[in-house]
Amino acid sequence: MFIVKNRTAFFGLTATITIVALIAVGVFGLQLGTDFTGGSLVQVTYPNERPAPLLVQGALDAAGFEGYSLRGAGEKDYVLRAGNLTEIQRASIAELLSGGDAYRGAITQLTEVGPTIGVELRNKALIAMALVLLCILFFIAFAFRKVSEPISSWVYGFIALVTLLHDVIVPIGAFALFGYLWGAQVDTLFVTALLTILGFSIHDTIVVFDRVRENLRLNQEHGRREDFEQVAGRSLNQTIVRSINTSVTVAISLAALYIFGPDSTKYFALTLLIGIIAGTYSSVALATPLLVAYEKWHKNRKK
Amino acid sequence: MTQRRMIALLVLLLGIGLAFFVYHNQTSGSRPFKLGLDLSGGTQLVYRADTDAIAGKDIGESMEALRDTIERRVNLFGVSEPIVQTERGGTLAGAPEQRLIIELPGITDTQEAIRLIGQTPVLEFRMLKKSADGVTLPDTFSTTTVNQFFEPAAITGKDLATAQLQFQTGAGYANTPTVVLNFNSEGSDIFAKLTKNNVGRYFGIFLDGQPISIPVIQEEIPSGTAVISGNFTPESAKELARNLNYGALPVPIDLISTQTVSATLGGEAVQRGLIAGFWGFAVVALFMLIWYRLPGIVAIVALSLYVIANLALFQLIPVTLTAAGIAGLILSIGMAVDANILIFERMKEELRAGKNTEDAIRDGFSRAWLSIRDSNISSMITAVILFWFGTSLIKGFALVFGLGVLISMLTAITVSRTLLIGLGINSKSRFVQFLFGSGIKA
Repeated sequence: MFIVKNRTAFFGLTATITIVALIAVGVFGLQLGTDFTGGSLVQVTYPNERPAPLLVQGALDAAGFEGYSLRGAGEKDYVLRAGNLTEIQRASIAELLSGGDAYRGAITQLTEVGPTIGVELRNKALIAMALVLLCILFFIAFAFRKVSEPISSWVYGFIALVTLLHDVIVPIGAFALFGYLWGAQVDTLFVTALLTILGFSIHDTIVVFDRVRENLRLNQEHGRREDFEQVAGRSLNQTIVRSINTSVTVAISLAALYIFGPDSTKYFALTLLIGIIAGTYSSVALATPLLVAYEKWHKNRKK
Repeated sequence: MTQRRMIALLVLLLGIGLAFFVYHNQTSGSRPFKLGLDLSGGTQLVYRADTDAIAGKDIGESMEALRDTIERRVNLFGVSEPIVQTERGGTLAGAPEQRLIIELPGITDTQEAIRLIGQTPVLEFRMLKKSADGVTLPDTFSTTTVNQFFEPAAITGKDLATAQLQFQTGAGYANTPTVVLNFNSEGSDIFAKLTKNNVGRYFGIFLDGQPISIPVIQEEIPSGTAVISGNFTPESAKELARNLNYGALPVPIDLISTQTVSATLGGEAVQRGLIAGFWGFAVVALFMLIWYRLPGIVAIVALSLYVIANLALFQLIPVTLTAAGIAGLILSIGMAVDANILIFERMKEELRAGKNTEDAIRDGFSRAWLSIRDSNISSMITAVILFWFGTSLIKGFALVFGLGVLISMLTAITVSRTLLIGLGINSKSRFVQFLFGSGIKA
């Protein structure tokens, strides 16, 4: 009830979070990874310590590498990102990164993505996003088709979509910050994380909306008259524990994946974790309050 | 009641049996988990095939021939379980193209892998050396033994015009599949001379340095055709004919993408994935136990069954596990209990409304079902779209995630329900109220 009553304050909080996330994207920008831009990514590990960056950069410059980025990773690794490799560059890359023989590096990972594949994946990612959003909108509108009083089922779908937008904007903003701080890059795994967030965050929203639907029906059957705000607030109270608990268990497993899991899925786990938390917050503090606000606005307009 | 308990017991035994099955499959190596390249270490190469010069209807066949040629080459190199497949791609980049994807587990030097694929295969004919006449030939040959036993014949792969599959119909040849070689005019002359001078000697046909067939020359062959009759099945004869026709790659290819992961990095990823999975499971289980008490224990049993069923399916289908796939499994451990949480919370409400335990369990399940179904449908939508969107690594995630959603519906609903009802607790005592209570307050 508290949240529904103080919905204006929560709208303000949500708006602030969203705007901060958008500003982060605006200021830091998103760094597209090799998957999407094409080019190459080489990870090299050294037995003892990594050589000074200048040493490696000198060797790379001499071999004709241009516009590359060399970043330290872990304690004794380097990650090199560059354009597509020529045959000679590929053959000599281990040598170049070893600084002659002074630091014998071993290549642990080498990925090259051709430009067409990059463009294709980028387009596919955008289409997949749009497709997921669209499918979920239709699905909710369909699932709630029998509830049309006092609010049409399309409004449920639309509000769910607004909360979903919030749920992906927050992790995107966080990721912009990670990119700035640690060089995190937007790759296919990041897109996968976003799509998974879309699919999961909708759960909690569905549970609350489902309860609103049930309470409306029960009121009608028993001929009870109850304000929509009351119904919505009551439904939220009844479902808030399960909304939070279902997310807690997912957050636990994601935290385990982030803390103990392999490096290749660290950012994936973190993105998901942030998205799931944002999703739970929005399904509690945004979805139902928006429903109430819409109903109020709709009623006032009729008068 | 006895019957319900028997069913619950049966479910438990089934779970234990399945766990043993998974363990046995892995340790005996009969159906071990299949690890993707990023976990086992290896190289993936993606080539674009230049099919511009090929008529539209022949593209499929050419790509198949290309795949077979490459596959043969990779097999010769002794790579274990390579994957060679063709794919149509690029439509969304505005430039549709035929692609060849090659996965080479264990090869962690990109340059070496490229060299291996880039080699042009050679069709060769060799005669058994005079000095080796009467010697029993070994079953397999290495480069040294080939040179030890054989010397180049006068005729070469360039002299071959076509090769085709033919069924022999003569007496004693009841429909035996053979491969017929047709030499060009120059080759016919050379071949006639060669056969005339070497009747009774071994004549070896080699592809990429390996003998495909070593027939004995029976008589002079002036017609410019040679018949290879080995122990062919129709399929193997057809394949040989195709390989001879396309001795060199039938379609020019160029490299557009590579991915190499070292075995150490992959092994470490598996290790850490297992540890993360263990902790994820343990802490989720602890949470369920503390918050939901007795039903929490049931949820833990259901979750264990969920994990076991997943692992068994990974082995049986088999699902190629990638780092993203393992992440998907760990994520799904957290999600699989969601249905239980919805059910238990609902059960609590029913209990509070004054129902007895058994009715509360039944109503809790039936009323929570709608939201469980709806929310799982949205996850399935995501999984399906991800499967379509993904590269092979992401597909691994989508498959594990989608399977997880389906299995969790089964285990969270049927298994938990069977077990809870099988416990057969039906009382309103304070202790039972406590067992079915949850959260901080009883």
